Amino acid sequence: MRSAVIVFPGSNREMDMVAALEQASGRKPALVWHKDSELPEVDLIVLPGGFSHGDYLRAGAMAANSPVMNEVRRRAEKGVPVLGVCNGFQILTEARLLPGALMRNASLRFVCRNVTLRVENAQTLFTGALEAGQRMTVPCAHMDGNYFADDDTLKRLEDTGGVAFRYVDAAGETTDEANPNGSRDSIAGVFNETKTVLGLMPHPEDAVDPLHGGTEGRALFAGIVKALS
Amino acid sequence: MKAKVHVTLKPGVLDPQGKAIHHALGALGFAGVEAVRQGKVIELELAETDRARAEAALDEMCRKLLANTVIENYAIELTD
Repeated sequence: MRSAVIVFPGSNREMDMVAALEQASGRKPALVWHKDSELPEVDLIVLPGGFSHGDYLRAGAMAANSPVMNEVRRRAEKGVPVLGVCNGFQILTEARLLPGALMRNASLRFVCRNVTLRVENAQTLFTGALEAGQRMTVPCAHMDGNYFADDDTLKRLEDTGGVAFRYVDAAGETTDEANPNGSRDSIAGVFNETKTVLGLMPHPEDAVDPLHGGTEGRALFAGIVKALS
Repeated sequence: MKAKVHVTLKPGVLDPQGKAIHHALGALGFAGVEAVRQGKVIELELAETDRARAEAALDEMCRKLLANTVIENYAIELTD
């Protein structure tokens, strides 16, 4: 699987993503600067975490209008899979490649802790190697992870398998305590309509090595590599 | 030409920052504040001198960058 990781000014998890992708695929991803208007031919495009452009105006708003995003949009429209994590998810919603928006955490505090995710749709190229209902514990670290979509959009997401992951407790249930940021319906990640674009707030790339304290993020990357190789 | 763009959260979108301000006003003893919603004001200076063209350009700026219309409304005010 060939992949590219887009780097914006203020990205800070790009090397974590590179390490996770290389571990899973055995190939080093290309790093592409946001001002580049060309992307190498790849099987997966990844927008990593960070604080692109200092989160000025709104998290992801400036980055969504970067030169490279024209090409990311063009590839996404052709069906090239795109994964956005944390700031990458925010950028994908700002670019309207994913529905909804990510707002300030309901607590108004930066949240940095492990969260447990439940796989809601395992019938996609990203999640096909996982089981529906499967749980994985991975870290999250964000200030603006509060997923909002209007009622009609939430219903459409629900009806079409558009919800990828939800925050759950140890028993696998969605509760207010298990929801770190106030996201509507405990949504941690969503797909686009064709399930070729995935965004999620938590960081599976930071749970791929025993030194991270857990390796439950590996299964996601292993599954993506399997689907795209 | 000068312009102000007012960006506000759509009705129905929760505003935890507005809520925090509301609580703080209550703690300061300001009674009778029934709701607080926080927004943004963006001031712009435009080279354009034609009002209609300025408004059209501002509208496009709002849709493309200044507001996220999934969660926000915007209002354009030409101030001179």
